[in-house]
Order: sequence, then structure tokens, then C-alpha cells
Amino acid sequence: MAINKDSNSYTFVFAIVLITVVGTILALLAMGLKPMQAKNDEVKKKLDVLSALMTPKEMETIDRSNAAEIFEKYVNLEDALVLDAAGKVKEGLKAFDIDIRREYKDKKLQEADRNYPLFIAKKDGKTFYIIPMIGKGLWGPIWGNVCLAEDMKTIQGASFGHQGETPGLGAEISQPFFVNRWIGEQISDESNEFSKFEIVKDGSGAAMPSRVDGITGGTITSVGVQEMANRCLKVYVSYFNNL
Amino acid sequence: MSEVVEKSKAPKEPLFSKKNKKLVTDPLTDNNPVTIQVLGICSALAITVQVEQAVVMGASVIFVMILGNLIISLLRNMIPSRIRIIVQLVVVASLVIIVNEVLKAFLPDVSEKLSVFVGLIITNCIIMGRFEAFAMANKPWPSVMDAIGNGLGYAGLMIIVAFFRELFGSGTLYGFPIFGDYIEGNGLYSMGYMNNNMMILPPMALIIVGVIIWIQRSRNKELIEKN
Repeated sequence: MAINKDSNSYTFVFAIVLITVVGTILALLAMGLKPMQAKNDEVKKKLDVLSALMTPKEMETIDRSNAAEIFEKYVNLEDALVLDAAGKVKEGLKAFDIDIRREYKDKKLQEADRNYPLFIAKKDGKTFYIIPMIGKGLWGPIWGNVCLAEDMKTIQGASFGHQGETPGLGAEISQPFFVNRWIGEQISDESNEFSKFEIVKDGSGAAMPSRVDGITGGTITSVGVQEMANRCLKVYVSYFNNL
Repeated sequence: MSEVVEKSKAPKEPLFSKKNKKLVTDPLTDNNPVTIQVLGICSALAITVQVEQAVVMGASVIFVMILGNLIISLLRNMIPSRIRIIVQLVVVASLVIIVNEVLKAFLPDVSEKLSVFVGLIITNCIIMGRFEAFAMANKPWPSVMDAIGNGLGYAGLMIIVAFFRELFGSGTLYGFPIFGDYIEGNGLYSMGYMNNNMMILPPMALIIVGVIIWIQRSRNKELIEKN
């Protein structure tokens, strides 16, 4: 049986069959794997929070298998708060369920209506405040967690992540050398005013508070981190000032 | 019917015949997909800053290309020629998405490392190039060999370029410091050696690929195009 493969009808039928088959496979796969992916995302969120709280040395013993257990040990989700853009506590919301990434992406949601979760952790008898952040890099979203010490000012730990920044350039924001540049910086000055962060190119970041050295070749991602930190951390400073 | 008769007459070709072996070895040297076919240059800029990235990308491309070449080759007599490019694109895009979704569910850490490359694999012109140039006209087994050869040829070149860029740009290889610690300033750095920041920037990938093309063609004059 000869089929004219150049005929319009054959082309249409082939295209329809192909997209139906491929579409079905992809849809079934995505549906079937969704519960596992959601669980992985939840563990990842806990890992991100922990990596800001724990020292790099302690993080070496934490992976996906024990992240949930260690998270529960240090972070009490009952204490966690949700703030509004003015830094006031919002009641009746669960901090861990707030998806700041979805809210950030939601164009219909005004910036003033976004929720700002705050996790409170107890470690070695001290209280730590962990602030999740979300922003935009060169190719996609970037995120981070900042852990403040008991004085609610000094950055005691941080972690950054990204979806698809350029490997070796912008992607370096998640590397320890960049994260370490944030440790010891202060989010507010002596008069408790929010101090704006600046990512600098001249290497002066190490010596000056609220100045951080950027990454060579990763300028746009570095600027994205700066914008993210300034926009997100500001809200929490007004909350801490009203305590 | 004539086709079937012809098949039964021809002696069965061994799996690793000379011709099939050549399909694997040729792209490694005289028919390298990057330096001779000049395909896949765009990803060469993005992923050759560090050797590790080049290795991961190379492995992903080999994997996707073997499966893709196999599928296209099996479908080659059914694909209408007018929409063949779209069909190829659908195949490669779905393959990459399937791999990514499965990794996300079962190996989330690997998936995080690879997420950067998903877009780069789909747009890698070597894959589409080999679909169009080889798998559309050849049987499945030679197509798989061709995919392995071209994939290795691509990965090999990426690693060579990344070797120079990481060594001179960051002073490390696969993340391990070679010249001493740059931030601490010990080792070679205490003697005034500096990392070449230009190596980190994308244009240097093109320059290194250009130098490799130059060396290769000056050693084998037959590769020089005549016009």
C-alpha cells in the first residue's frame, strides 16, 4: 500500500498523532511525578532555611534525608510569623505555606499586598531570625535566606540559590565565597534605620558595612541580589523596630 | 517488496564493522562537530567556564542525542519531509523535558545542577544537525553510533576549552585550586601571578575554539575549505 507522504492529509494526520502521543506522555508523566516533586520542593525549602542558620561545617552532615528532622529540631513553625509590606504581623497565615516565589511572579498582586514570612529558630540557647528572599537574576528567579543574630541586625548566615544563572558567572552567588561576603554585614545602622545594601565592583566591600563585593562577569545577577536584599529586608527592619 | 529481497541478499553487517566504528571515531578528530561542522558554538560560550559544567553538559548531550537519533531514525520513513524540522524539535524537546521531570522526582540534586542546561540542550544545534544530516537517512544502529561519536566529539572539545578557561581564568581545575588560593593570595599568587579575568568572559571561548580550529587545520591541510 503506497501512501503519498507529501500529501497534505498525511502531513496533518502525522502531526496530530505525534502531538497527541507526545502530549499524553508528557502530561501523564508530569501528573504522576508531581507528588514526589512537591515533596522534594518542601525538603529543599527546609534545606535552604537551614543552610542560612547552620554553619558550613554543620551543613556537611545535613542532606535531603535528614533535613526535615533537623529543621523541626531548631525551627519552631508555631513561632514563625507572616508580615505585611509595612512590617506588621498578619494573623491566621502559616509562614511555611507562603509561596513568596509565586507571589513575586504574580503580576496582579500589588507589591504592598505580598506576604513576608519570618522564621524564628532557637540554636544553642540563642534566637535567630531567618528571612526568605526572592528576586530576579539575569535568566530567571534567584532566592536566598538571611539569618540574623539575636540583635536583629547582624547577618549571621546566608544562602543564595538560583534557577538558571550562567554557570561560572552569575551562578556563583550560591558559592561560599560570595555568601561569606554577607556575613557580619548589618541590615540597620545605629539609629535602627534600614541601611541599603550596595554591590560594588571596586573590591571595597570587605571593609565597609552594608557594602558587598560583586562577582566578576556576573554583574546583572549581582545587581539582582542587591535589589532582592534591599526590597525584602527593608520590611523586616520596620517590624524589628516596632518590637 | 523489492526492498525486502535486497535485504535478505546482502550479508549482515557486523555491529562494530569498520564503517560503524568510523562513525564514532571520525567526529572525534577530522569531522568534529564543533571545529569542523561548526555546530554547537553557542553553548560553547556558556558552559566552558568550568570543567565540571562542560562534563555535565557533554554527558547530557550524549544521552539526549543517542535517544533522539534512535527515535528519529526509527521514524525516518514516516516523517513527512515538509514538517521534519518541527518533528525533530518536538522529539528533542520532549526528551529533554522527560529527563528533567524524572530527575526532579527521583534525583532532585542532579536535577538542580542540570536545570541550567535544559534550555541549552534543546537549542544545541548539534542535536538537530545530526537528526537532519544523519538519522533521517540512516538505520537505527548507525544513527546511535553517529550520536555517540558526535556527542563525544562535542563533549571532548568542550572539556578542552573549559580546561584552558578554568585554569587561566579561575586558577582551578574541576574546582580544585591549582595555583594556590586566589582569595588568600598564597601559592603562585604571592609571587604576583594574576588570574586572567578575560578568560571568564564569553568571547574567550570563541578565541580558544578558533585557535583549536587553526591548529587542527594547519596539521591537516585537507580540512581547509577551498574557495
